[in-house]
Amino acid sequence: MSKIGLIIQREYLTRVKKKTFVIMTILGPLLFAALMIAPALLAQMEDGELKYVAVIDDSYMFSPITDSTGKVYRQILKDTEYIKFDYLYGMSLDSAKAQLPDSKYYALLYIPHTVVNMEQGEAQLFSYQQPNLGLKMHIANCMEKHLEDVKLIEKGNEFGISQNQIGEILRVVNSSVELYTIKLGEGGKETQSSTEISMILGYIAGFLIYMFVFMYGSQVMRGVIEEKTSRIVEVIVSSVRPFQLMMGKIIGVALVGLTQFLLWVVLTFGLVSIAQAVFIDSVKVENMTQVVPGGTGNTLNDNEQVIDQGAAEFSAMFNSIKAINFPLVLGMFVFYFLGGYLLYAAMFAAIGAAVDNETDTQQFMLPVTIPLVLGIIVMVSAINNPNGSLAYWFSLIPFTSPIVMMVRIPFEVPIQDVIISAGLLIITFIFMVWLAAKIYRTGILMYGKKVNYRELWKWIRYKN
Amino acid sequence: MSFLSASQVVKQYSGHLALDRLDLEVPQNSIFGLLGPNGAGKTTFIRIINQITAPDSGSVLINGEKLSPKHIHHIGYLPEERGLYKKMKVGEQALYLCRLKGLSRPEAFRQLKFWFEKFEITEWWDKKVEELSKGMQQKVQFIITILHKPKLLIFDEPFSGFDPINTNLLKQEILRLRYEGATILFSTHNMSSVEEICDHIALINKSKKILDGNINDVRNKYASGIYEFSFRGYFQKLAATLTASYEILETKEADGINTIKLRLLDKSLSENDLIRQMLNFGTITSFNMVTPSMNDIFIKAVGDARNQE
Repeated sequence: MSKIGLIIQREYLTRVKKKTFVIMTILGPLLFAALMIAPALLAQMEDGELKYVAVIDDSYMFSPITDSTGKVYRQILKDTEYIKFDYLYGMSLDSAKAQLPDSKYYALLYIPHTVVNMEQGEAQLFSYQQPNLGLKMHIANCMEKHLEDVKLIEKGNEFGISQNQIGEILRVVNSSVELYTIKLGEGGKETQSSTEISMILGYIAGFLIYMFVFMYGSQVMRGVIEEKTSRIVEVIVSSVRPFQLMMGKIIGVALVGLTQFLLWVVLTFGLVSIAQAVFIDSVKVENMTQVVPGGTGNTLNDNEQVIDQGAAEFSAMFNSIKAINFPLVLGMFVFYFLGGYLLYAAMFAAIGAAVDNETDTQQFMLPVTIPLVLGIIVMVSAINNPNGSLAYWFSLIPFTSPIVMMVRIPFEVPIQDVIISAGLLIITFIFMVWLAAKIYRTGILMYGKKVNYRELWKWIRYKN
Repeated sequence: MSFLSASQVVKQYSGHLALDRLDLEVPQNSIFGLLGPNGAGKTTFIRIINQITAPDSGSVLINGEKLSPKHIHHIGYLPEERGLYKKMKVGEQALYLCRLKGLSRPEAFRQLKFWFEKFEITEWWDKKVEELSKGMQQKVQFIITILHKPKLLIFDEPFSGFDPINTNLLKQEILRLRYEGATILFSTHNMSSVEEICDHIALINKSKKILDGNINDVRNKYASGIYEFSFRGYFQKLAATLTASYEILETKEADGINTIKLRLLDKSLSENDLIRQMLNFGTITSFNMVTPSMNDIFIKAVGDARNQE
């Protein structure tokens, strides 16, 4: 095996065998899968138990409407499977509040008589636990709907329109618009696209690159410092060239990063599909999980049988996901990850070589950290305007392009932008590796010297 | 014949001249001491031989060939700044470092097994380096340095940090390696530590070589003509006759025995002339020529070099 191969092998194996790597590799997908499944799971589980809500209605507008026999024929605050409303007639708010802890009630809803006067009605919900969103939304929806009805009937009377007519009008005017975005391609090819999904994809890709560059770049730096402080470096450079040692380390760590990324992708999809099979069975959620690319989803035809609006939305989303060129995005991700990583890892290696221990790295870390953080800041605005001039320029500058370009790629970037950006990145990282090698070569054999930028510049100019 | 030969080697670091036209001949199969104070340029020269750094001008030949990457496999180097990966297992690490020197995995494994058994450290194989004491680590480092049977061995301050037992073990192994044909280059500022095993030396001071050659030649060249003897007899009379051609440096008397240290002033006289004179006045109980230590020679050589400037 060649010497650089041996170095790569050692760097790779020692890191992959570490406990932290194994833990991170397992925890990462668990976290990702949890992020993907949890909302669906919570939506299913949150109303698991029946909750009683006491109501004090000072407006007398929301009480159930009963017929002459006292039988309720219309509820305004509708009971559901998990929510039951009880009306406390003739009880004051204060005494109801005082009794709440010992009662069966989960919450106390107080509706003041002023609720109808205002444009925005107000009511209060008292409880000892933070009431969940579903409960709040259910109450607010019921009240809004009823207030609207009351006002409509009032106005109808004013204009001499009967309730039936109002109902007819409402049915006719009730409209809904689903805006499908369709991207025009060459030769009139049309594909459905979804801005939201491109945004999410871009954000995840950009952020992952930022994280990987930082995580693995600083691993390179720590590795160099370790070799320097343990004084093994001179033994090694008597067998291999410093450049081989540096590149071996950089490449070995890059392979660790790719391994981790690959395992994360595989494990996340594995976990999501297992969780999907075990926990989630409703149609809605099944449709939702189809957003997971590569997941075994239904075909479009199956979806078309479902006329439910939600399902239609999901099918639209599914179409736009199909429209995203995943091989391209994944390919570009690997390219920009490697390009960005090589660029920054070279700088991290040079820093590691220049200092004697990790605490001395601060002064040199700043110029490395700033462009990375700037990339993240620009990324956030680039997501909203992926073809704006800010996004354009920062996706060309090699120090930010790996992050910013990844945000633009799901939105289909002009090919010449990608070529220029990729070309610049390649040129810059070759230059940076060359520069770092010069600092590295001198730095690794230099002990006990406080190094500043002037000193680094001197090292760069040393011949051989 | 010289195994290693350097001529007119110059190495400059921005504004600081590390080696100034260094000429050096290391004879085949010798133990060569490269001596000099800290910062004299020894490590720079060694790094040039190891091709860690290149000279600005001048040439270095190994076995008559210009220094090139293929020679790396024929050199074993134990640097002054030496260490091992702390978190790595001893055996794994030794294998790695030996393979970097160009040994195949099975060959490296076979050799390591032999040396680990010889040094009785087989049970360390699966231990992490950080679990070993400093002396243990140095044994491992020594094995790694010599494992690929280099023709040229370079030891930079080899005995610093070694306990006396390991120092002795090391010296024995070094002598054995020389016996098996290796050429050995020692670099140290602690001159007394190597003068007993070196047969050639070079003194370097402030990037210049100020003295080199066979160790006995060097000693003779700097022989100071100082003698020390013990004498029983008519000391006063002896002393009176000696003052003509000798400078008496020190006299002591105990139990009727006089001990005298003196320097020969007249270079035409020899030890025999001195002894002959002494026999006229009494009995000699001991007679020594005081040989200068490397340290003394070094101080004198540096002084001479300074006077010549």
